[in-house]
Amino acid sequence: MSVPGAWYLGLGAMLFTIGAVGLLVRRNVLVMFMCVELMLNAVNLTFVTFARMLNDIGGQVVVFFVLVVAAAEVVVGLAIIVSIFRRRTEATADDVSLLRG
Amino acid sequence: MDWAVFVVAAVAVLVGALGVVLSSHPVHSALMLVMTLFGVAVLFIAQQAHFLAAVQVIVYAGAIVVLFLFVIMLLGVDRSENLAREPLKGQRPIALLAGVAVVASIFVLARHAWVSGATAVAGPADGPGSNVEKLADSLFTRYLLMFEMTSVLLVIAVVGAVVLARHSPSGGVRGAEGAE
Repeated sequence: MSVPGAWYLGLGAMLFTIGAVGLLVRRNVLVMFMCVELMLNAVNLTFVTFARMLNDIGGQVVVFFVLVVAAAEVVVGLAIIVSIFRRRTEATADDVSLLRG
Repeated sequence: MDWAVFVVAAVAVLVGALGVVLSSHPVHSALMLVMTLFGVAVLFIAQQAHFLAAVQVIVYAGAIVVLFLFVIMLLGVDRSENLAREPLKGQRPIALLAGVAVVASIFVLARHAWVSGATAVAGPADGPGSNVEKLADSLFTRYLLMFEMTSVLLVIAVVGAVVLARHSPSGGVRGAEGAE
């Protein structure tokens, strides 16, 4: 007998929350970025579970698009981090608090 | 058997996620992230999303985590952080409380039904044919415009990354040295 979808959805909720709490408490920008990836993965897991529960391939297509957007987001985000920390040595979010135009 | 796979993968996912948050070293966080991503890929396979599991391993665990490690090494920030220090008073208890509230509210709201709605709107996920076939069928008919828009998005991301990350020796050009 296969595992009910509710277990997957509960796991997705817990994974999302761990990522969200990590994003709130960590100060290292790279680790905060990884927590965003955790949250994206939790949502992906939820979508795949919905695709199975509703017998709809559309959920898996959405996950495909989320993967593409996540890849683009990581590329641009890491480029921003690199360009910020060329001039600063500390990789914490508090040091970028003076970011003004 | 299904339960055994689920439990092992779920434990890997949760331990990896906690490891990302609780590791004091960014490299350890990145390696724990790989563990979570592999666990999610296993859960994808357990739900017959074979193509997405492959893409998850190749793109996420392969490309994105390696990119993270590259940046960690490139910036030289691969040193431990003192996690005992709490710069903002009361930040952690409040964040933890918010997290518990989120999980509790999800479980309370979902106590009657986790999912409702029409089935097989974009096409059935089971039935004859492979998962890749059905995914491609939906992607290149119903979601064709979105698929083409992702190519524009990727071009924008590549151009943006090049503009942001390049050195501009002359100065004054948009980029890292532009604001000096």
